[in-house]
Amino acid sequence: MKARVTVTLKSGILDPQGKAIEGALKSLGVDGVASVRQGKVFDIEIDGNDRAGAEARLKEAAEKLLANTVIENYRIEVSG
Amino acid sequence: MKSAVLVFPGINRERDMARTLRLISGQEPAMVWHTETALPAGTDLVVIPGGFSYGDYLRCGAIAARAPIMDAVRAHAARGALVLAVCNGFQIACEAGLLPGVLMRNKALKFICKNIYLRVERSDTPFTRGYNAGQVVCVPTAHGEGNYVADAETIARLEGEGRVAFRYVAPDGTLDPQWNANGSTNAIAGILSEGRNVLGLMPHPENHVEAEIGLTDGRGLFAGLVDYFKQAA
Repeated sequence: MKARVTVTLKSGILDPQGKAIEGALKSLGVDGVASVRQGKVFDIEIDGNDRAGAEARLKEAAEKLLANTVIENYRIEVSG
Repeated sequence: MKSAVLVFPGINRERDMARTLRLISGQEPAMVWHTETALPAGTDLVVIPGGFSYGDYLRCGAIAARAPIMDAVRAHAARGALVLAVCNGFQIACEAGLLPGVLMRNKALKFICKNIYLRVERSDTPFTRGYNAGQVVCVPTAHGEGNYVADAETIARLEGEGRVAFRYVAPDGTLDPQWNANGSTNAIAGILSEGRNVLGLMPHPENHVEAEIGLTDGRGLFAGLVDYFKQAA
């Protein structure tokens, strides 16, 4: 099964990298960019076809390693 | 003082740290590879040195914090024994749950490599007993992600419990945003665990201990530790 874990910074956490990208987009003349927040995407393949089991394991992966929940949120999508 | 310096792939300050420990304690530190599951018997002080463990992949310190040796380090800390975590070591200690909060990208996005000034906030800990409270010391710093962040409740608890050990200050010891180059909350450079037995700090006191190199302001931290263990013996 293919899955995707998306990790994003919690609101209120300063994101200097996002700010720098935002500035670069503006200097490139890309109009209408109000703000940029940088995150991470993990594409993960899970053995077997147990969707609930896969979600549980991905939650464990996100909590234990992929995200630092002090500053980040995560979202799990299993695409079957 | 029997010390153990942890070594992870990508760490590069372990030899500086070992040299300083040898010089000041007169004892050879054990170098402990990350795949070990136990610390050498009788280890008084665990040191997590600086560098770029695992190339800072995922988040600084995130992968090193999950290495096999870290269970032994957590058990060592849980017994109230001492852990000194410097630079990448501080990031690893936060990721490992030994200390609260996280070190984020420096506010100005620049890697900071220069001497900075720290104010010692309290002298009644094993790590700071070699200094006076309020003393200003000059030590080198070298990091891209040293911007200390925690939620408001954690910051209030750290401040309320007097667990901020070092702050970035101007040379005269006053707080000044200009001298808080990485943008850390409350100019926090170093914090203590609840039991005051784990110290994490971003700058490198181990690099200012020999007159030949210049300043010796970092010496007090290590001399204080050696003295602490002499008194305890």
